[in-house]
Amino acid sequence: MTIGSPEKVTGARALIKGLEEEDVTTMFGYPGAALLHIYDELYDSDLRHVLVRHEQAAVHAADGYARVTGKTGVCMATSGPGATNLVTGIATAYMDSIPIVALTGQVPHSIIGNDSFQEADITGITLPITKHRYLVPEAKDLPRIVKEAFHIASTGRQGPVLIDMPKDVINGEFEYHSIETVKLQGYKPTYRGNAQQIKKAAEEIAKSTNPIIYAGGGVISSNASAELVELAETLMAPVTTTLMGIGSIPTEHPLNLGMLGMHGSKYANYSVQGSDLIIAVGARFDDRVTGKLQSFAPNAKIIHIDVDPAEISKNVPAHIPIVGDAKIVLKSLIKRVKQCNSETWLEKINEWKREYPLTYEQGKSIKPQFVIEQISEACSNAIIVTEVGQHQMWAAQFFKYKEPRTFITSGGLGTMGYGFPAAIGAKVGRPDKTVINIAGDGSFQMNSRELATAVQNDIPVVSVILNNGYLGMVRQWQELFYDRRYSHTCIKGSVDFVKLAEAYGALGLRVEKPSEVRPAIKEAIASGRPSVIDIIIECEENVFPMVPAGAAINEFIGLEGNK
Amino acid sequence: MKKYTLAVLVENKSGVLAKVAGLFSKRGYNIDSLAVGVTEDPEISRITIVVQGDDQVLEQVTKQFNKIVDVIKVLDIEGDDTVERELALIKVTADVTTRAEIIQIANIFRARIVDVARNSITVEVTGDESKIQAIEKLLRQFGIKEMARTGKIALVRGPNKV
Repeated sequence: MTIGSPEKVTGARALIKGLEEEDVTTMFGYPGAALLHIYDELYDSDLRHVLVRHEQAAVHAADGYARVTGKTGVCMATSGPGATNLVTGIATAYMDSIPIVALTGQVPHSIIGNDSFQEADITGITLPITKHRYLVPEAKDLPRIVKEAFHIASTGRQGPVLIDMPKDVINGEFEYHSIETVKLQGYKPTYRGNAQQIKKAAEEIAKSTNPIIYAGGGVISSNASAELVELAETLMAPVTTTLMGIGSIPTEHPLNLGMLGMHGSKYANYSVQGSDLIIAVGARFDDRVTGKLQSFAPNAKIIHIDVDPAEISKNVPAHIPIVGDAKIVLKSLIKRVKQCNSETWLEKINEWKREYPLTYEQGKSIKPQFVIEQISEACSNAIIVTEVGQHQMWAAQFFKYKEPRTFITSGGLGTMGYGFPAAIGAKVGRPDKTVINIAGDGSFQMNSRELATAVQNDIPVVSVILNNGYLGMVRQWQELFYDRRYSHTCIKGSVDFVKLAEAYGALGLRVEKPSEVRPAIKEAIASGRPSVIDIIIECEENVFPMVPAGAAINEFIGLEGNK
Repeated sequence: MKKYTLAVLVENKSGVLAKVAGLFSKRGYNIDSLAVGVTEDPEISRITIVVQGDDQVLEQVTKQFNKIVDVIKVLDIEGDDTVERELALIKVTADVTTRAEIIQIANIFRARIVDVARNSITVEVTGDESKIQAIEKLLRQFGIKEMARTGKIALVRGPNKV
């Protein structure tokens, strides 16, 4: 169906109009020859375009923006290398089910396939890492495709959608009609869980004495945190979350056991192994969560709630699958259940909590866990973004999260370099919040040139570098499994981060004593400027608890950090 | 390992076949045969895929198919009462001494001779997989120069649509 009177427009103009109709206010991008018409339209558009310094940052920023706002993030890059630079970010969003629309320029149709200058088959390249992708055939198809792309990205199991626009499409003229409805025969996500299955789940729950709720990123995507907490409190069932599920229940909620899996708390993993019923919500039984599959939760029946039918029984067979949106399914499940007979079970879990708390030894040098605790105390309402590695795990373990969409991390793909540009996107999306990027000295260097983006666009993100002079997580594995042969993981003295920040016009601070940590954090936040705090930490600190890859999740090693 | 025949209805658009095939290659499974053609509705194509695997893998692949935006419907028709056909063109070495025998074999299989040259005969045969295998086996003794097969297509018997 079409509305409005026709008006002759170019593809470029139609794209901007389409974005405006989708309530896009902000996008992240980098121009190029194929996109000249679009950038010309942007010159006097109200759309905010944040110019990055590398296309990878544009897609990570759009992703960070999407995670904190719940809206679809938008990024744009030119044909060829611009488009291929988006690939890692698109894969990151795909693995974590984050709604983004990636726009790419393409060489004109007349020379596609000729290995033309700045040509890359980006729809082919992104085939396995996008939810859907379009190579726009003609300018007149753009309004429909933009509408469909946003619809697909933001509904069902969310994910990235790519629109590849050849230059003749961008420049071509046609009579504009806005599109009102989306018609996609093969795309009908299921939201409402099957009533029969929900009834069966309620019956199983009533029988359980050792229940545990296992919550993942799907709870956050579907804004189902309130329902999750209500279910837990109604059942008196403990909750463990995946890395992606952090924030779906407050860290300090008495029923929260924190993260499970490879670096999960000991009590969370013991609880999973000892449970007689797992209620999985928006989680996908990833290998970092389950450890050795054959030994995972041996006595548990599994209720698996997920919007994506392909996740059900993919890794762990579900006894009661419920396909649907987490929020809608939980709402109807809550109506059918009452408190479980879980008193003895909760007592046992509290015993484990007392016996195996998440802890670390304080020393003369600065401990990374201490830094996270200091950040948590100094700005408990901040949005925490991370890079990937040891610091990411410490940030997951030691910050006290209060609400969803405040812990932003690359969970599935584990993309080093994600954090800083994602933090920029997060701050653009939530300017009212303090945004802190917790980084390692390795990860931060992967996208540190985005300091220029933060400074030029006045985006005051604070990066806290836990600087141990190593690619810490790999070094930890080398220490534990390769006889301390630190092959190519020492990066000591690679750069003076304070001077680097200053060179870009950002604030740079260095911290070498525990007592300086809190004042530095306060100073950086108070400055209202993009800042980098280089914190020299204990260089061989390890992330514990730890379950080695391939072991059962109650087989911990090296518990120095977790008495 | 079990054999499966999947009938997949898809939007007749570029890139769909690559995505469908990609789901198998991603998991390291080889496709036995694959046939694609437009249906009674020119906007919809039908892909018939024959693949080997275990139940769990096939269930996962079917679910992944359904996730593809351009896939309208996926059906496992293995074990259903179906009409199945495959077409093969087989170019066989032939001379005056063997030509008659080859033609005789073709006749028995209700195959057609579609080309004759001084040293070869090309046979067109239609049928299910076992029939094509049988004639191939018989013709092999004369020397098969070249062979092309379409891959299996299938429809469920009776009035119902997929």
